[in-house]
Amino acid sequence: MSDTDSEVISFYVREKMLDEQEPPLTERGAIKWLRENLFSSWLNAILTIVSLYVIWSILNGILPWMWSPTWSLGSLSECRDVLAGLGESTHQACWGVIRDRWQQLLFGFYPREAYWRPTLAIVILLAGLAPVLFGNIPRWFMLFSVATPFVLFLLLWGGPIWAPLLVGVGLVLGAVAFRYLVGVNQIVAVLAAILVPIVFWLFLVGPIASGLSRIAPIGLEFIPSKDFGGFMLSVVIGVAAIILSLPLGIMLALGRASDLFIVTKLSVIFIEIIRGVPLIVWLFTASLLLNYFLPPGTSFDLTLRVIIMVTLFSAAYIAEVVRGGLAAVPKGQYEGADSLGLSYWQSMQLIVLPQALKISIPGIVNTFIGLFKDTTLVVFIGLLDPLGLTSAIRASTDWNGIYWELYVFIGVLFFIACYGMGRYSLWLETKLQRENR
Amino acid sequence: MSATETVTQRQINRSQMKVSDEVAIEITGMNKWFGTFHVLRDINLTVQRGERIVVCGPSGSGKSTLIRCINRLEEHQKGTIMVDGTELSSDLKNIDKIRSEVGMCFQHFNLFPHLTILENCTLAPIWVRKTPKKEAEATAMQFLEKVKIPEQADKYPGQLSGGQQQRVAIARSLCMKPRIMLFDEPTSALDPEMIKEVLDTMIELAEEGMTMICVTHEMGFAQAVANRVIFMDQGQIVEQNEPKEFFNNPRSERTKLFLSQILGH
Repeated sequence: MSDTDSEVISFYVREKMLDEQEPPLTERGAIKWLRENLFSSWLNAILTIVSLYVIWSILNGILPWMWSPTWSLGSLSECRDVLAGLGESTHQACWGVIRDRWQQLLFGFYPREAYWRPTLAIVILLAGLAPVLFGNIPRWFMLFSVATPFVLFLLLWGGPIWAPLLVGVGLVLGAVAFRYLVGVNQIVAVLAAILVPIVFWLFLVGPIASGLSRIAPIGLEFIPSKDFGGFMLSVVIGVAAIILSLPLGIMLALGRASDLFIVTKLSVIFIEIIRGVPLIVWLFTASLLLNYFLPPGTSFDLTLRVIIMVTLFSAAYIAEVVRGGLAAVPKGQYEGADSLGLSYWQSMQLIVLPQALKISIPGIVNTFIGLFKDTTLVVFIGLLDPLGLTSAIRASTDWNGIYWELYVFIGVLFFIACYGMGRYSLWLETKLQRENR
Repeated sequence: MSATETVTQRQINRSQMKVSDEVAIEITGMNKWFGTFHVLRDINLTVQRGERIVVCGPSGSGKSTLIRCINRLEEHQKGTIMVDGTELSSDLKNIDKIRSEVGMCFQHFNLFPHLTILENCTLAPIWVRKTPKKEAEATAMQFLEKVKIPEQADKYPGQLSGGQQQRVAIARSLCMKPRIMLFDEPTSALDPEMIKEVLDTMIELAEEGMTMICVTHEMGFAQAVANRVIFMDQGQIVEQNEPKEFFNNPRSERTKLFLSQILGH
């Protein structure tokens, strides 16, 4: 090497600096994108063409079916006549059924003049959830969130205002009892916080509520659960179960991870039994079996029973998801919290759960999406969820024989709700990621 | 051993380093088992207020377990531990009281990653001591200034270097105004350059008269600051002495071997 170096010493000085140039055509814009993403090799080019063909044939099958000028028609036979008149095949959608029956698909047999109540309820629900979901809304707004469930109950079921109000009072009494007794003894305080509201609800709410409604009959017209139906029923069951099952699931997860032998075993038994039996079995239990265990003569609202069952079912799943999150929090975090003198509940609330729940977000939202879709199973115990209503709609002579249009519509409704939840989960993950980095 | 050298070079102000007659910690006949493994055997140790004790020994000798027993991160099975006159038992009230009086720093800092530095420091005062938020933040800033990182108060632990994190951990413990500080290998997870900043902070604490028990391999720190060095092996206290005697004139064969191994290179 050194030989050549000494021989080939050539002298060079640059006289003119080069201007910046654009990259070649194949390295720019759309062409670059196409080359890199679709045609990067011969094999990929072939696969791209095959995929395009498959997509085209699927759309070719679906789009003509969907593109059907039948929006204004009032029955299936009209649809067939019009389509035949246009010289097109009868293998096309008949969208008139959606225009004719969308209210029924949304609200079931809820009285038509009271449609404003569930509509207002969904607005209040979204407003009440906002501070919980997005967290950067003023604190006083939280009070609104706390009041939301009672307002929703009143709006949806109606009846005198006093019963939901007194249920809320029961919760306040529990909180007050906890506050006064927590200085004396923690366990006594927790027991009081649980027992005081229950005693109040069982023995006092009934007489007080009926007394008050005799004095001041304020309230909305009562609408029984059997009139609930359609997508609204799915949302009622889904939202109630989601909101109730998260705290219950967290408690079960903490119970399972606890040092206390009996608490651990009870949590494990509960989780395994609930999780090990199909939801549909629990729903049948709720609709048929539960009545045998209740005192004769008590009629316990079926929708309420279903909500309880779905809540317990998804709480068992949430518990397992959260347990995974708890296990992923390093032991040092527990020790750090302990070494500062934080009590068990403080360290869980302030240190462990915020981290564990952050890890569990995808799993929790996944469970909730599953739960929301599983609410359609209530059709098997005779509740009129959207799928149940399709048969009701087909039962009319106008729409006898219509299937796909209804299912597409219901599918779109569920897709919007579930996709929304999925996007929210992604947003929350990135938000927490950004905040902690 | 560069960090160690700088420690020994430093002029240490001993005016406030006074050992009083008051007993801070008294451990008598303490035994601990992990399952059937006898980790701590018949430990007797009395710590006076104002003492700076360094605990050393080979790994697995039970030194971490010993100091973790003092604030009940580990439970002992036999014997008694008295901290500030309160006996450690399974009574949760006593445990929480002792833990709020005894500060602890860990090898891996154990800062709370989802809270800012300031929130890390104010959490325990607010929730355990019920200090008003404003006051807790003022105290926290004061201690963050003391460990020389007030400008990091609004960052998250993940954004700080190891040395900075350990200093935050020290500040976090100090915010509870503890009467005793325990250090569990505070510099073992740090780069050599960062060891110095953490040791400096610990020396300052010692200069102010804090009662400290440090599990550490920083022999320079032990020589400069400790008033007593304890050597442990196989779950027992093998030798304890004042640092000069301990390093220059070890009595036990086991201590001699250990010292030759860690000081030999």
